[in-house]
Amino acid sequence: MSAHNNNGVVTPAADAAISEVLEKKELRSWKAAIALGVFSLVSILLFLVFPRHGETGFRWSNKDDLISLPTWNTDAALTGQVVTVLLIILTAVVVWATLKTGTLIPRTRRIIVTAAVIVFAVAFMVAFLAWAMVGNNVPVTGLLLGTVSLSVPLIFGAMGGVISERVGVVNVAIEGQLLAGAFCSAMVASLTGSPWVGLLAAMVAGVLVSFVLAAFAIKYLVDQVIVGVVLNVLVTGLTSFLYSSVLTKDAATLNTAPRLSPVAIPGLSEIPVIGPVLFNQSALVYVMYIVVALVFLGLFKTRWGLRLRAVGEHPKAADTVGINVARTRFWNVSLAGAIAGLGGAYFTLVSVGSFQKEMVAGAGFIALAAVIFGRWDPIRATLAALLFGFASNLQNVLAAVGSPVPSEFMLMLPYVVTILAVAGLVGQSVGPAASGKPYIKG
Amino acid sequence: MNPENEAEQPATRAERRRQEAESAEAHQHHVEEVEEAILAATETEPVASEAASAPVASAPVAAPAAKAATKAQQKAAAKAVAEGEAKPSADEPATNRVLREIMNGPIVLTILAVLVSFIIGGILIALTNSEVQETAGYFFAQPGDFFGAVWNAVSGAYSSLFQGAIYNFGRDDFASGIRPLTDTLTYATPLIAAGLGVGLAFRVGLFNIGGRGQMLVAAAAAGWVGFSFPMPMWIHLPVAILAGLAAGAIWGGIVGFLKARTGAHEVILTIMLNYIAFYLISFMLRTQGLLQAPGSVNPKSPPMLETAVLPAILGPNYKLHAGFIIVVLATAGVWWLLNRSSTGFRFRAVGTNPNAALVAGVNVKSTYMWAMALAGGLVGLAGVMQILGTTPDGMTSGIDAGIGFDAITVALLGRSRPWGIFAAGILFGAFKAGGFAMQAAEGVSVDIVGVVQSLIVLFIAAPPLIRAIFFIPSADGKLKRRPLRRNSKAVSA
Repeated sequence: MSAHNNNGVVTPAADAAISEVLEKKELRSWKAAIALGVFSLVSILLFLVFPRHGETGFRWSNKDDLISLPTWNTDAALTGQVVTVLLIILTAVVVWATLKTGTLIPRTRRIIVTAAVIVFAVAFMVAFLAWAMVGNNVPVTGLLLGTVSLSVPLIFGAMGGVISERVGVVNVAIEGQLLAGAFCSAMVASLTGSPWVGLLAAMVAGVLVSFVLAAFAIKYLVDQVIVGVVLNVLVTGLTSFLYSSVLTKDAATLNTAPRLSPVAIPGLSEIPVIGPVLFNQSALVYVMYIVVALVFLGLFKTRWGLRLRAVGEHPKAADTVGINVARTRFWNVSLAGAIAGLGGAYFTLVSVGSFQKEMVAGAGFIALAAVIFGRWDPIRATLAALLFGFASNLQNVLAAVGSPVPSEFMLMLPYVVTILAVAGLVGQSVGPAASGKPYIKG
Repeated sequence: MNPENEAEQPATRAERRRQEAESAEAHQHHVEEVEEAILAATETEPVASEAASAPVASAPVAAPAAKAATKAQQKAAAKAVAEGEAKPSADEPATNRVLREIMNGPIVLTILAVLVSFIIGGILIALTNSEVQETAGYFFAQPGDFFGAVWNAVSGAYSSLFQGAIYNFGRDDFASGIRPLTDTLTYATPLIAAGLGVGLAFRVGLFNIGGRGQMLVAAAAAGWVGFSFPMPMWIHLPVAILAGLAAGAIWGGIVGFLKARTGAHEVILTIMLNYIAFYLISFMLRTQGLLQAPGSVNPKSPPMLETAVLPAILGPNYKLHAGFIIVVLATAGVWWLLNRSSTGFRFRAVGTNPNAALVAGVNVKSTYMWAMALAGGLVGLAGVMQILGTTPDGMTSGIDAGIGFDAITVALLGRSRPWGIFAAGILFGAFKAGGFAMQAAEGVSVDIVGVVQSLIVLFIAAPPLIRAIFFIPSADGKLKRRPLRRNSKAVSA
């Protein structure tokens, strides 16, 4: 992929020179300060210029919960004023820390900035919810539960993307892998009556899509982004064709999948707020926790992960020490497909219970965005996917009470945030060095 | 050395001669220096040059083209590419070599790729046909029934595809029999325009997946001008078209700007901008005073005014509109821009090797910006064709009809060459027109067209695969898949 070469004006020598400079003198970055400043202005506009008066309740637990927390009622206008002042103070703190770059210990400065940004985000969100949902109760548990539900396929897809890109193959075909997983899991689970076999079928379907991607990208050296895009079209066409010519003709036996029902983990599921959100979910969500943990540990703590990253960063070096680059890429891309396929099964085996045409609806592309937003790190990518899930779920909740912000703008938010992220406002996103480049031995 | 550069080099060299002749003496030295540097660098960076000069162009495909070049050019090129070049063995009959060159030519490989894709599509059609499934149950008793059913299913589907796309033999007179062909051209019109936009970006080494967003904003802008400002036709139509082009160019230009300024990857930017455009247009379509028809509750704009609708060029009986002529002109314009202008030369230089182009004094960043803006404008033209030509009765958020994504396959099939894209657009237009006819006549889901289209592109992207399927020896005479050679000496140098 030529595009990866575009900013390659920097020669290795120049690169070394830059990192030397970085070590000697910390560069002053105004990105965080500017971002907080912009959001402070937004909050002044929303909460002080256009305040909404009334009470907003934050409901922390449902009626039938074992441990019930009281609903927290606040005055929307007052909350807005207090939060705005807090946000301005936090912005000032970050500006101060940025000005002190070089005099403060770098680590301390970074902690101050990170903490300020986190507190800022939470405070802004609270004030925004209080403002947007005046006169209603904010179901905090429901909001978070929906976030997790909407994020599960994104997280599986993002894990597939992280593995694939870390090993050096750009995976634009996440969408296709999700869709193939959804289709096969629905059909196989309906035929066998067992959702577990359906999960297995989803993995196989994802792997099959990966095989095509890997074969064309690694063996035939076709541009990886092109293969990915074309594979998405192919899988969309294939599943839609089979759906309308096979599944619809006998929907009772072929497209009525048994669903995975939520399983409460005793004890943990009784914890207020967190319990019902994280520990009263379907088995697939628990599988997701394990997958994220394994991918993280595997990538950074095992020999497999080291080799994988070596192949993605510097295939020639990896080849020199005896790692088979093509084989490593092939099998890891397949593994990525299996994981993404599981995400596809979530649509059919947990959410809906049957396959619908093009039901993935762009989740694969959002997962791809999460990979880049999360800077190719499994934990950060998971958090990015959760953010995207939160944004779309927030839109659902706001739409239900008739929010003052048009729902389209809420839906747009994750994409705008991603653009800001890749454009470097949140931090430079630099992918694995050799991602997208075919490796030719010799 | 990748032989594909070989095709590029005679062309660029020929151009250099022309430019040298035209340019003033003072510039001559500089031009030569620039191109020498670019060519030298393209030789040393095979990966970049391969991806850029044509994303899917296969190495051997380009080889015969180069051989056709004049002797003088070939000599010049031969020096640079000598190492990777295949040398036919002396004792081989000339006819074999000629035959092999024909079989490895781009046209034959394209035809074979289309053939394989149609065969796979046929298998899918047969497998899902209920009569075939029935007869397969007693296959060993009466195999004839089974093959008859397969033949009926596949030939029925493909003949209705043909009759829906080219010529309907069921009609009495030529005038109505030829209507499917005009439908094909109508469907092809936006596909070609969008394909040109994607292909132009490819030539600069950029991947424009933002067709959907660019089409939506362009259609919205053209539609807004088209339904809200009554004007005489000779001024209304051009203004509406230009508004659409400008909107598409801005939406594409944002990508170029961000890529140039921050180094953000254009694939992510275009995907994100697709969604942003979709939600933005959806919002505008359901908001009174913006795009929604007054007094309506549907997310739809009012119909275009008569003066802003592209006129039908074959009379009211045919859907074909003047947009087709505009697209032919656009194709010629892009061809001229890429192959005959100095801007186009800079575009191709950046696409072939941005580092070398930078060293040679090309402003790579501004090239990215202008190329993306131009690509966005061309894709925007497709949106304009949709709103002012195909569906002038009002805009919805589904006006792009998947053309933004189809355009990628069109550009790939056309190998990013303007007239190649033109031909590919007509082929895919035929698929679209015929697909709907096939669904209506034979009950074969139109989705099969998407499968066949993507298979064609996949197979064309991997000529070694097609050669393996048909046992065609590659251009260097080996039956085995030819490894894509890189000049390792040049790389390490």
